[in-house]
Amino acid sequence: MKNLFFHIALLLSSAILTAQEKDSLKTVPLEEVIVIGKKTELHQKQSKPLTTIDEYLQQSNKITMIKRGGYAWEPVINNMATERTLVTIEGMHIFGACTDKMDPITSYVEISNLSEATVTSGQQGTCHGATIGGAIDLKRNRSNFSETGWNGALHTGYETNSNQKIIGTAVNYSKAKFYLDTDFMYRDADNYKAGNNEEVAFSQFRKFNISGTSGFQWHNNKLIEASVIYDKATDVGYPALPMDVSLAEALITSLKLEYKPVSTVLKNWETKLYYNTITHRMDDTKRPFVPIHMDMPGWSDTFGGYSKITGSYKKHQFQANLNSFYNQSKAEMTMYPNNPNENLMFMYTWPDVRTFYNGLFLEDRYEFNCHSSLQITASVGNHTNEVASEFGLQSLQIFYPDAAKTNSRILKSSASSFAYVQNHFDYVFGLGYGERAPSVSEGYGFYLFNSFDRYDYIGNPHLKNEKSLEINASIGYKNKKFSSKIAGSYFHISDYIVGKVNPDALPMTIGASGIKEYTALSYAEIFNLDVTAEYQVLNSLKWKNQLVYSLGKDNNGENLPFMSPFRYTSTLAYQNNSFTAEFSVQGNAQQDRFAPKYGEDNTPDYAILNCAAGYLFRLEKTKFNTRVGMENILDAKYSTFADWNNIPRRGRNVFLNLTFSL
Amino acid sequence: MKTLRILSLAILAFFASCSSDNDETVTANELDGLTKIQEMTNDTHVVELYSSTGTLQQGHNAISLRIKNKATNEYEKNATVSWSPLMYMMSMQHACPYSAVTKTSGKETLYNGYIVFQMAQNDTEYWKLKVNYTINGTEYNVDEIISVPASAKRRVTSFTGTDGSKYVLALIEPTNPKVALNDIKMGVFKMENMTSFPIVNDYTVKIDPRMPSMGNHGSPNNVNLTQSATDLLYHGKLSLTMTGYWKINLQLLNSANEVLKGEEITETTTESSIYFEVEF
Repeated sequence: MKNLFFHIALLLSSAILTAQEKDSLKTVPLEEVIVIGKKTELHQKQSKPLTTIDEYLQQSNKITMIKRGGYAWEPVINNMATERTLVTIEGMHIFGACTDKMDPITSYVEISNLSEATVTSGQQGTCHGATIGGAIDLKRNRSNFSETGWNGALHTGYETNSNQKIIGTAVNYSKAKFYLDTDFMYRDADNYKAGNNEEVAFSQFRKFNISGTSGFQWHNNKLIEASVIYDKATDVGYPALPMDVSLAEALITSLKLEYKPVSTVLKNWETKLYYNTITHRMDDTKRPFVPIHMDMPGWSDTFGGYSKITGSYKKHQFQANLNSFYNQSKAEMTMYPNNPNENLMFMYTWPDVRTFYNGLFLEDRYEFNCHSSLQITASVGNHTNEVASEFGLQSLQIFYPDAAKTNSRILKSSASSFAYVQNHFDYVFGLGYGERAPSVSEGYGFYLFNSFDRYDYIGNPHLKNEKSLEINASIGYKNKKFSSKIAGSYFHISDYIVGKVNPDALPMTIGASGIKEYTALSYAEIFNLDVTAEYQVLNSLKWKNQLVYSLGKDNNGENLPFMSPFRYTSTLAYQNNSFTAEFSVQGNAQQDRFAPKYGEDNTPDYAILNCAAGYLFRLEKTKFNTRVGMENILDAKYSTFADWNNIPRRGRNVFLNLTFSL
Repeated sequence: MKTLRILSLAILAFFASCSSDNDETVTANELDGLTKIQEMTNDTHVVELYSSTGTLQQGHNAISLRIKNKATNEYEKNATVSWSPLMYMMSMQHACPYSAVTKTSGKETLYNGYIVFQMAQNDTEYWKLKVNYTINGTEYNVDEIISVPASAKRRVTSFTGTDGSKYVLALIEPTNPKVALNDIKMGVFKMENMTSFPIVNDYTVKIDPRMPSMGNHGSPNNVNLTQSATDLLYHGKLSLTMTGYWKINLQLLNSANEVLKGEEITETTTESSIYFEVEF
């Protein structure tokens, strides 16, 4: 671990040493924005515009995706998974209803709903709630009162591997005081094939997503906006898991009021109320060998709201956000014995846990001069869990006799970040402290089978807050032809929540190795380093490179799971007027720092080649965007460190994406 | 003044109605949660047997009774009661473990105790219950056949231990099992002879609940049963992690911790030779 400090010291000292010269570049934004695009023209610069939200997110250096199949990958920020991160849709909290994390929030939206995803690392991401690893805020698409009248688009795509058919439409109407946006997208995929033409059984999926947003501006500076997303996936296979999903359904609604005061200090005041409801049903009826048939439905309903003010005063730019949510998470398991005369076996796997959170977030960014700025954020929140099911509470009391019905905690965070820009270089140095509450599974889960390490997990209602101390730094360089950035972050996480084997307890799931109870390590450390470099070889040719390296250790120096080995992407992109072409190589080094305690094994290195080309035909207002490409050209059979149970990834795939817009 | 008078009348009426309510509740409360099993009659009295279900069954039965005087139609409040169940088999007769009969606390006319029928009746073999009672120095008794059908789930077991003695083990609680850490109560009796089944002292009953329908998985944090000094029965904790059919595998240990009967559950031994069943 001394290595880590050395790296950081190095980064720091270089930042200080070079901080002498002068420059006139603007200060550096701290978050990373992944552009998805307007709904009528999904982003032209993407080589595969109709790809999934998962693949869009994967472009970020900070994000990796845990895959359990062809659908609904779990985003991991700074090598930290769902419990330690915060994924919101325009500030709305949504919680998956699956105890096995088969439905990350990102699986309930479509690219056609979204214009961009803002990725913030560590404590920079606490605007909408507590997080340790960082946050993703998905921004919705909207016409925003432009005088464009009617416009629409038709998207269609096909992928040879998995026989995926994509069709989508967008119809929008926008005037100065009113707009209405609607879109629809449908995807249907069969099993995909790994390299060597090996079919991965139970990797099919089918889903559709429909959404509408409408805004009305009744005064120059006052507007109201209502939006709804309905997403329904059926027949989703999870080849890496013992069960599939027959239904994952979400209804996401919100009502927003926005006021832009005519004031020199206050810029914007936005208040939103939202409600979302998710139903998730696992399904084992199609599997050939099932020791015992079971139903595992889950429900998650969330009510929430926030009120956010932004403004500026002299050299200060400030933001305040008051935000609340109330979530109800319930999941059941019913097992059907072979003898039909026996009673059904029933338990609550999530005992109807009600989570109520109220938090205040404050941010101030002070510009010392055109070179340097300091951003300070602080938040405090009150987080309460209540177990509403008496049945569920008594179940949990088998393990924790004094488990209480309610449990309250205060979550605090603060961060500061200093940015300095000068002479082609920019430097950022930040410190942060944050806390998070245990997730519903970590606090109250009951016999949740983890097919990765093959243990049944039991939640622990006595867990303390997990606390993270964080240092981050980056150096960037930019001139006309070349730009590069090196960024590092180090997290020292106290009371790090993990599952620990209880040797005395017997597992429930047939074939499980034992029971793990959630407990906390005294600390764990995670270090991330990423480098990007872009070089404009010719006017029309750009060479982009990404390198990422991560390291995670617990307090005994043992590896943490799902830590990215050295990984890289190198892309040559050609653009000449309406023609684009791209060739990329993407790979991982061997994952030899794996964590066998958590079910990981050695993952060999791999590299795959991809190419794509596109042409944009224009006829007055009408545009026709065609993209065609081949992924995994050499049909390599591989899996990565983030593939659940080493499920192999897709082999060679040819795709065609067409967008017709007017 | 008029309103005051009406008010005082109203108050009076209210109290009057309250007190009459109370009287009714006392009589009604006597039989709260009890259903009549049967009546046993002699020349002078009717003995009414009650249980929570209105039936008897193989295994432990908590039984309440009251004695109605045929002449006065009043229930006797000061009787001294005892009972003796006896099974009439083809080749022999034997009794079973049972408790003394005591006046039920908080009740005026009820008496209660328990009987452990280690066998069920069949077409040719049956149980008779004799209730002896003394009122004001006069002894009476009733003796009638009672119905003891087999229980749906195993709740009593009798066996010969490695010490050569015969034992009867009966499950008393939980009567309403829950997905929780349940209180479990058993009676452990030794068969001294055909009519004497005293409680044994200082033994231990080890429990290992399993679900045979689901890979024979177990449950955590069970507490083996040890004898209570107050009721002399055996108490422990039974954890049931889900609803369904549970087999509670048993081992009986004597005061020297020697196993008298029952096997530990292992990969190869999936059930003990003595067990109880719970299904909910």
